[in-house]
Amino acid sequence: MKSQFRRIAILDLICCVLMGVTSVSAQATMRVPKDGDLHPASASDVPSGQLIQPEELAAGLRSAKSAKPLLFQIGFRVLYVQAHIPGSEYVAAGSSPTGAQQLRERVEKLPRDKAIVLYCGCCPWSHCPNVQPAYELLHGMGFTNVKVLFIAHDFGADWVNKGYPVEAGQ
Amino acid sequence: MKNWTIPIVLIVVCFAAYFVARHHRRANLSSGSQPGQLAPEFSLKDLRGQTIKLVDYRGKVLLLNFWATWCEPCRQEIPEFIQLQNTNPNLQIVGISLDDSEEPVHTFYNQFKMNYPVAVGDAGLARRYGGILGLPVTFLIDCGGRISVRHIGEVQIPEVTEEITSLLKSGSCLPR
Repeated sequence: MKSQFRRIAILDLICCVLMGVTSVSAQATMRVPKDGDLHPASASDVPSGQLIQPEELAAGLRSAKSAKPLLFQIGFRVLYVQAHIPGSEYVAAGSSPTGAQQLRERVEKLPRDKAIVLYCGCCPWSHCPNVQPAYELLHGMGFTNVKVLFIAHDFGADWVNKGYPVEAGQ
Repeated sequence: MKNWTIPIVLIVVCFAAYFVARHHRRANLSSGSQPGQLAPEFSLKDLRGQTIKLVDYRGKVLLLNFWATWCEPCRQEIPEFIQLQNTNPNLQIVGISLDDSEEPVHTFYNQFKMNYPVAVGDAGLARRYGGILGLPVTFLIDCGGRISVRHIGEVQIPEVTEEITSLLKSGSCLPR
């Protein structure tokens, strides 16, 4: 009886290993950038003290106690429509004249100590053309409480796939 | 009899965990974007007014590139794609721009002398391809219309060239 039990236990183990191998090989066909592929975050000129990490922002948004910042997505509309941080507003690409104008108009009348978080997630951090101009614009207008969400790879990898809150729509 | 209970429970747990993990991965990407699946069909007008239909490219390896004019990694890979299109008659490249408007795409298309069809896509198309939640994203689709690889981020041209060569030699591209 003991040897029969052992045989079945070995069979179980083989099943689990085979499933694991299948799972890993299926993932291998999805080529996702690795951390080693990252360019250093210093490539962006946004001061590191002004960055906020995804987990920190997500925790703040979930907390009933903390005051919610004003959130602006400054990437591209198709990304925003598919998935964005709940409550965030879309402003056209921060690197475009339209984006700069829309952001300026939206914040013009706000108190300069208003908590604002900018995010994009269009591409890997060091390649993102949108966050730095938008941050500079707000900084230049005298806003003192602006943070930029640090998205290392893209919005899908660093926010959606991490299970942080998202909503879809215009 | 009791001796059978634990192994059976273990097998059931293993299978359950495996299928939950599979479902979770698919839920992140949604259907239609998985290697091995048929690429979602679409019909779009390109910048020259011609209709692009995925089905029209059956028999060729298709490189479907989601990009935007302001996206730096996209701008870096496009000259390489132009070169690939020039040198591979059995490869068809199609670009889907996710710019907010068509105007900058026209300017970019002319400036870079792009030699393959480009259309402007929308969120519906992006969703059908599993969600394009960052740029660029590139799909390699075999001669039978099945997704072979989904590249997230800038592609490495030697790697993608190798993949194209391998697809061209595969069963789906061989004459019947």
